[in-house]
Amino acid sequence: MATPWYKRLGDGLSRTRGALQGHLNVLLRRGPDVDAVFWEELEDALIQADIGVVATTELVGRLRDAAAREALPDAAAVLDRLAAEIAAEARVPGDDPFASGPATVLVVGVNGTGKTTSVGKLAANAVAEGRRVVIGSADTFRAAAIEQLRVWAERAAVPVVERAHGADPGAVVYDTLAEASERGADLVLIDTAGRLHTSTDLMAELVKVQRVARRESAHPVRTVLVMDATTGQNGLLQAREFDRALGLDAIVLTKLDGTAKGGIVVAVARELGIPVVRIGVGEGLEDLAPFDADDFAAAVVGRGD
Amino acid sequence: MFENLSERLQAVMGKLTGRGVLSEADVDAAMREVRMALLEADVNLGTVKEFVARVRERSVGQDVMKSLTPGQMVVKIVLEELTALMGRGESRLVFSGRIPGVVMLVGLQGSGKTTAAAKLANLLRKQGRSPLLVACDVYRPAAIDQLESLGKQLGVPVYRGEGTDAVAIARAGVQHAVSTMRDTVIVDTAGRLHIDEEMMAEAAAIRTAVHPDQVLMVIDAMTGQDAVNAAAAFAQTVDFDGVIVTKLDGDARGGAALSVRAVTGKPIMFAGVGEKLDALEPFHPERMAKRILGMGDVVTLIEKAQDAFDTSQATDLEDRLRSGVFTLDDFLAQLQQVKKMGSLGDILKMIPGANKLPKDAEIDEGALARTEAIIQSMTRKERAKPSIINGARRERIAAGAGVRVFDVNQVLKQFAQTQKLLKQVQTSQKGGKRRRFGMPGLPGGL
Ligand SMILES: Nc1nc2c(ncn2[C@@H]2O[C@H](COP(=O)(O)OP(=O)(O)OP(=O)(O)O)[C@@H](O)[C@H]2O)c(=O)[nH]1
Ligand SMILES: [Mg+2]
Repeated sequence: MATPWYKRLGDGLSRTRGALQGHLNVLLRRGPDVDAVFWEELEDALIQADIGVVATTELVGRLRDAAAREALPDAAAVLDRLAAEIAAEARVPGDDPFASGPATVLVVGVNGTGKTTSVGKLAANAVAEGRRVVIGSADTFRAAAIEQLRVWAERAAVPVVERAHGADPGAVVYDTLAEASERGADLVLIDTAGRLHTSTDLMAELVKVQRVARRESAHPVRTVLVMDATTGQNGLLQAREFDRALGLDAIVLTKLDGTAKGGIVVAVARELGIPVVRIGVGEGLEDLAPFDADDFAAAVVGRGD
Repeated sequence: MFENLSERLQAVMGKLTGRGVLSEADVDAAMREVRMALLEADVNLGTVKEFVARVRERSVGQDVMKSLTPGQMVVKIVLEELTALMGRGESRLVFSGRIPGVVMLVGLQGSGKTTAAAKLANLLRKQGRSPLLVACDVYRPAAIDQLESLGKQLGVPVYRGEGTDAVAIARAGVQHAVSTMRDTVIVDTAGRLHIDEEMMAEAAAIRTAVHPDQVLMVIDAMTGQDAVNAAAAFAQTVDFDGVIVTKLDGDARGGAALSVRAVTGKPIMFAGVGEKLDALEPFHPERMAKRILGMGDVVTLIEKAQDAFDTSQATDLEDRLRSGVFTLDDFLAQLQQVKKMGSLGDILKMIPGANKLPKDAEIDEGALARTEAIIQSMTRKERAKPSIINGARRERIAAGAGVRVFDVNQVLKQFAQTQKLLKQVQTSQKGGKRRRFGMPGLPGGL
């Protein structure tokens, strides 16, 4: 077994992270003046957080109006106001699929975003809350995906249902739900193979998997998109297509332990109204946290801790 | 909203051709659009600023060529500058000649290193090398199994060491290559955050231990503004010689590739374009430039067609695409080939402007059969000149094909749209180098 991987996220990490974050606070370091340069730098900060140029232009435009109308006194006040606006945008009403009663949750997303890891973390989390969890290994495509999820199931101490590599993912879902009802599980997590939203065939496959889940599940079926915080503007296209095909209930935003801000979820919230419910902040079992719109917004405008 | 830069610039600069010199005002309006297009493609903000400044400088006072509109003139300059920034031509792996040659892959988590390692092994083997894959990701669960399984699929041996010391495994892997007579080692490493000092130090230590001929950073095409932070940190701590951009088979514009190139000066060497192990291509900077600008990728489209068509047919199609002659017969022939080429949706995505097609343009199998029947119910004359298909003819065709007149209208509409798209393709190709078809062949020499 590997050395405890979560041990790696030591002091070194936070030190460098602080240094890199510093550049966003430039907005405050230059002093309290709200001048043309301030606005330009503010726009730059939002773009660099992957908010997107359209949303940024609109946000900053609105903020300039508000600043003039309400005579916001200084840069700090403007930033606080901006953070509040971003938080409001990111705070989408909606049920948390992991905290609103028994559910079967289909975990989907493009390749490598952190689906399998998130399933492991979510399972451990639910177990800690005293829930009965079963996970299903419906990624029968990627090499060693089954083995990978098996390790996570062991770590989280939950049963995992699998079939052979290459098996029909719908059949795995069927088996998983049978096992779940036998065990009286109240949370079923289904890991699916990563796929690009542009692949018509693979998206159709997922629709089929969802259909099986809906048919066989004793509990409501929820579909959750796992999105990588380093994703740029393509994230909106991903969310759009997965939502169009499956109807998304929520997003898990991963890899927020890096320097990316994950600003694209603002665009997703605005256009599609899909709430972010959890964030991934590392590769360990415990590196999962609830999404906090205020913290998120503070990090985007560079006012985070 | 305009999808590609060419359209945007036409809209802000007008469509008149040959209008003397580009004025300051013209250029200002154009540069706002250029900036927007690049940012939407995820090109890093700093890179965008420098780029726009350079294009502005070149554009003001520039003579507009007779055949071009001011918008097209700016597009031409933008494309030239963008291509220059991406680097020209293919960049190849360079081996020192020492045996075994060593290639090491590094990158963030989930960027696609393991798959890229296997694809690279496949490619190098096709070029006559005998690769050994070395599994150094001792952290991610089953990462080693994943590489082993990919190796098995390819029939390429995989070295999985003992213990959890990635540096020792890498070193032993190279030794193993020597004792098993493999001439090339591909070292797969764990994904790591560029701000994780310990893990970055590990990558640097692996580098020192195995002296790779080439270190490649693997970058996800969908990465946003953060790409340059990661790339700059990897360049500084581990250093790398080139980049593999993955997941380019999706619809990401891939501005990150440009930024990484601009910020680190490292060439993009390969593009990952699918999950299959042969889906790794040499990288073409000029195509990437067009892709970033949303100008489609007619070259890739044609190459994809070539896989399905035989060469003469493909050349034929190419000529038609380029000459703008495209009849209902071609439309039918194309639809029939579509099944061989994969989904029509995938192909449409490569055509400039096709993302604006109505959703029903995604033809399902039933619609395909219907379309076939409809076109076959037309006379030769009708097929050659669809404009003569009036109401009465539509009714006759519908009856002949056993469909509603509405369906006939749909097909004619789709055809008209396709024709329009091809015209656009043709215009955007004008002035560009005329590129003849070669046989698909292997990427030469690396
Ligand atoms: N730093 C960091 N790494 C993460 C996080 N979540 C996942 N990862 C890493 O990202 C990589 C990919 O994670 P997976 O869980 O395998 O992703 P996946 O979406 O299941 O991938 P596919 O099934 O191949 O599409 C692994 O190296 C994970 O350890 C996170 O929140 N932070
Ligand atoms: Mg997975």
